[in-house]
Amino acid sequence: MTAAKPKTWLARFLLALLMAVTLLPFLSMFTAALAPSGSYPNGLSWPSDPQWGNFAKAFESANMGQLLMSSALIVLGVVPASVLAATMAGYGLAKLMQGRNKWIYLVFVAGLTLPFEAVITPLYYEVRAFGLLNTRFAIILPLIGLYMPFSVYWMRAHFLNVPNDLTEAAQLDGATRWKEFWLVQVPLARPAIMSLTILLFLWTWNQFLLPVVLVKDPSRRTMAGALGAFQGQWGTDVPLLCAGSLLILAPTVLLFLAFQRHFVAALLQGSVKG
Amino acid sequence: MNEGTPLKDARHQAARLLPSGRARKAQYTALLFVLPAFTAYAVFVLAPLVMSVYYSTLRWDGIGKARFTGLANYVTVLTDPDLLSIIGNAFELVLYFTVIPVLLGLAVASSIRGHMSGTFGTLTRTVLFLPQVIPLVAAGIAWSWMFASSGLVNQALTAIGLTDWTRGWLGDFDFALPAVGIIGAWVLLGLCTMLLVTGIAKIDPSLYEAARLDGARPWHEFRYITLPGLRQEIGVCVTVTVISALASFDIVYIATSGGPGITTMVPGLEIYRLAFAHRQVGLASALAIVLMVLVLIAITPIQWYARDKK
Repeated sequence: MTAAKPKTWLARFLLALLMAVTLLPFLSMFTAALAPSGSYPNGLSWPSDPQWGNFAKAFESANMGQLLMSSALIVLGVVPASVLAATMAGYGLAKLMQGRNKWIYLVFVAGLTLPFEAVITPLYYEVRAFGLLNTRFAIILPLIGLYMPFSVYWMRAHFLNVPNDLTEAAQLDGATRWKEFWLVQVPLARPAIMSLTILLFLWTWNQFLLPVVLVKDPSRRTMAGALGAFQGQWGTDVPLLCAGSLLILAPTVLLFLAFQRHFVAALLQGSVKG
Repeated sequence: MNEGTPLKDARHQAARLLPSGRARKAQYTALLFVLPAFTAYAVFVLAPLVMSVYYSTLRWDGIGKARFTGLANYVTVLTDPDLLSIIGNAFELVLYFTVIPVLLGLAVASSIRGHMSGTFGTLTRTVLFLPQVIPLVAAGIAWSWMFASSGLVNQALTAIGLTDWTRGWLGDFDFALPAVGIIGAWVLLGLCTMLLVTGIAKIDPSLYEAARLDGARPWHEFRYITLPGLRQEIGVCVTVTVISALASFDIVYIATSGGPGITTMVPGLEIYRLAFAHRQVGLASALAIVLMVLVLIAITPIQWYARDKK
């Protein structure tokens, strides 16, 4: 094997370079966040008198506690409902549907590449008609629908790989479809469900377009949506903006570091659509 | 698709010939399982899509009376020089969002050619996936700061003696769009690299061994083994990055809001502006439909390419 191994040092050097490029913006934000509020710091320089208080200040003025709460509520509204509906649909499409109902799956798949901007205008009028503008439901309900093509595609792909004997065995034991689904299929689908949960959590937490259009009040938005509002508010105060941005990044980054392996697996598989 | 067993086929036949109670009931159960997902999808995606098409034929300010104008809005989208240059911007972003990550990813993957194991592998994966985990808005803010006049990019240029090159990158008519492109490339770089590294590890090493014994040059190995072997992964990378470029919104909104002038305006942001600031709902909807179609046109050939030729 040794003879065929390409130059490992070259690979390592390239990777180290990529890592540096990836991390630099974060570092630059971090040093800027420690400069005196309202000052113009330099790109990457350790301040003479680090202002750790900027983080507290940003936390206060951004109402970070309430934001965390709001984002968590939105995630709780979107993710469990989406995962449940998609798991049921994936099972139905993979195991129960026959010939004539093929088109249903195709209709779902057609939405896979839909840019959200393509439906955002009518969504606004629809949500307004439901009387939900400016509530968290304005973000939750549309997102459940918008994530459905991917979620259904994902769960169906999982169920296609489950051998049919399981279903037949459960049927012979006299289980109803509903029982078989809950007792046999869902426990087996746990890895697929877990990855889907991670992806939907990330996409919901980071969703920006819907909150900006449908919810005026930053405290009812997602974290990402609120960050957009702060940029307008603190635009000229670089240290405060950087401190606020880092705080808003922190929850997902910490979760990511804690469950690094699962996140990476989910993101790698999740990009393989189509 | 798996071929049905004879028994299944018989059941199919039976179901078609005499809609026996059982077969019908089975289909009925299947529909019930799909119903919740389909309802959510129909109400919040299909219905708005139909409305988008309908709005696109109107002249409507979102409040007063709407006037039916047929395809006039589409004619505007496809002939108005500003709107055309906005669509052009999206395709220019593809150059950065797609080409940089895919080329760099290929370079890294072919130089590693194998699994990344151990601590170094974990560290690399963790760092390279960071941009995928953070909101795009945060990437936009971080890079707005990088590109600012006192930001790191100018600091680095000054440090190597290129003081004449320093500028406020995102406010520069010539450089704002490339700068936005770099932000997108930064976000997608790690994902593509990891996809290609994972993909190349699956290629059978004996292929390379054989090529080496036949005296193949590294370039030949790359051309005849690596590229065909990574066909699917490259397809995925290109698809994901092209969609993010054409449908970009978050990064542009935060970094430049489409300025200076309309040099960095992209369709996604223009739809938002037309619909909610300029109150031209009809034109916004026509642009939305055009954007959707453009995405489909752009990624269809990639899907064909990525198909395994078995």
